[in-house]
Amino acid sequence: MEIIVCIKQVPGTTEVKIDPNTNTLIRQGVDSIINPFDTYALEEGVRLKERVGGKVTVITMGPPQAEQVLRDALTVGADEAILLSDRAFAGADTLATSYTLSKTIEKIGSFDLIICGKQTMDGDTGQVGPELAHFLSIPYVTFVKKVEEINENKIVVERMVEEGYEVIGMPLPGLITVVKEINEPRLPSLKGMMKAKSAQVTIWNHQDIDAKKDKVGLAGSPTQVIKIFTPERHQKGGMLQGNLETQVDTLIDKLKQGRLI
Amino acid sequence: MSIKVILEKCNGCKLCVKSCPYQAIKVFEKKAIIEANCNLCGACVEVCKSNAIVIEDKRKIEDTSGYNGIWVFTEQRNKNIASVVYELLGEGRKLADSLGTYLAAVLLGKNIKDGTDKLIGHGADKVFLVEDDLLKDHLDDAYAQVMVDLINQYKPETVLFGATVVGRSIAPKIAAILKTGLTADCTGLEIDLKNRLLLQTRPAFGGNIMATIVCPNKRPQMATVRPRVMKKLDFSSSRQGEIIKFEPKNLSSKINVLNFVEDLTEKVKLEEADVIVSGGRGLGKADNFKLIKEFASLLNAAVGASRAAVDAEWIPYSHQVGQTGKTVCPKLYIACGISGAIQHLAGMQTSETIVAINKDPDAPIFSVANYGIVGDLFEVVPVLISKLKETRCS
Repeated sequence: MEIIVCIKQVPGTTEVKIDPNTNTLIRQGVDSIINPFDTYALEEGVRLKERVGGKVTVITMGPPQAEQVLRDALTVGADEAILLSDRAFAGADTLATSYTLSKTIEKIGSFDLIICGKQTMDGDTGQVGPELAHFLSIPYVTFVKKVEEINENKIVVERMVEEGYEVIGMPLPGLITVVKEINEPRLPSLKGMMKAKSAQVTIWNHQDIDAKKDKVGLAGSPTQVIKIFTPERHQKGGMLQGNLETQVDTLIDKLKQGRLI
Repeated sequence: MSIKVILEKCNGCKLCVKSCPYQAIKVFEKKAIIEANCNLCGACVEVCKSNAIVIEDKRKIEDTSGYNGIWVFTEQRNKNIASVVYELLGEGRKLADSLGTYLAAVLLGKNIKDGTDKLIGHGADKVFLVEDDLLKDHLDDAYAQVMVDLINQYKPETVLFGATVVGRSIAPKIAAILKTGLTADCTGLEIDLKNRLLLQTRPAFGGNIMATIVCPNKRPQMATVRPRVMKKLDFSSSRQGEIIKFEPKNLSSKINVLNFVEDLTEKVKLEEADVIVSGGRGLGKADNFKLIKEFASLLNAAVGASRAAVDAEWIPYSHQVGQTGKTVCPKLYIACGISGAIQHLAGMQTSETIVAINKDPDAPIFSVANYGIVGDLFEVVPVLISKLKETRCS
């Protein structure tokens, strides 16, 4: 079984701040990591490979330094790694990103299953999986929490919804996005670390994947960010005074007056 | 798209270096050099006093006239319309009125025409009704196909979806087929009347940053909108509306729903509760959630939790409030032993009244609290419980 896992390099924290003078993000001193939701996608890919045999290829789009997350993926069981790096890819929204990934996967050729994390930690959109499936003309299931059955023609999965879960059957090739309930990612193995050290990471630009320049990066992105800002806090800060007993009495009085209890 | 530095104009002042959020600019021999990790955000273009940096936008501008109307996708399960749909109709009503256009709900399913009255009563001028056996379950491909056919025929300028599992799953497929933009999980919508643009504001980086996004050259403009943020209109049976039936053509789906298993563990639904009592890291261990549960049952409240408590596996994920959990907006929210990380505040700060109980007087939770008590929750909560019981008896 040929499995492709899409991963993204993201800042290692969401505690980013805006410089009030320049109104831009301060990213200094922030390490980059593999998007946490993608670690579950990668683990599931490796587990399915171990179950039915085959190969796991990881792909990512990003600046040259994104190669690190691919090497990290090789330490936990991925077999091959492809980095999409090109100035023309910069500023891509989810539509342009999905198009770029689809051209890459077309170039790879045959595949049975594509796995993505449910969303990234920085963008939080969760849109790339379904959009990528559309560009490849394959079916998809989002928010998968368990793979019940898999063979070369079909997959049966459990999909989390607000009120419970659905059991869904899908023919392969297809795409799933996974939630963190699906597995517990393994730690790197010594063998994996040795392999990752010497492994070749393939690097492709837009010409290598035969992508049209006006469909990638900012040029291929219908959406545009026009403003970023720090969220307003509801400044309230009404500290109750007195000893514990008095504070509790005041609170109960206030809540009663407001007909809240 | 390309960015370049006009070397004759550049004086090496380094303002652009400071402005770059991606650290993608260096100054070498008094000239700015833009490196490969540039994201074309344009921050440097704005700060450059000598106009030495230019971004050329070669995107085609498409004709967006001829697109009218605000549409709301109606999510339903077993004929029960999701409450986010009414919230979107409330917000959509405002958007449509300011643009002088109509508001429509799109209702897809099987035997669901009874829903049209509710949609009209909550503000819709029109309801597009599509009924088919295949639309009984939320099959992303079949639903997307119907939505795309409708959009191509009636050309709405904006289509809104709830940022629920279903909405976040179907909307990207539709956007990809139409090659249009989609903004995820919006918490604010406004109209730029001059350009007839939808200004879509959403949190990013776990709620630490807000971004306003537009889709200038493609129609429809599409967004998923976070539940419990927008306000619904009161139902009015006097409201009139038009029902437009639509027959889907050659409908098919590659996926099939084999079974649905309902989660029955939650007694009070967090998103719909009037009162929520939440516990966090301060509880120390799973067993101590008993105290929170006792307090909650006294107030007929739902039990919430911070991410720290869920990550420690003291309580299931379905109780998590915050950016990566549920967004709630109860009348009363009581936070016990929760410090108030931004990602928690993002999910509860619009609650009408907030009570915070925490040992640390500097905890950020107090900055959003109407009533704060500094103290050990294991001392404060038992006193609260016994006093509440007293007042109930008297």
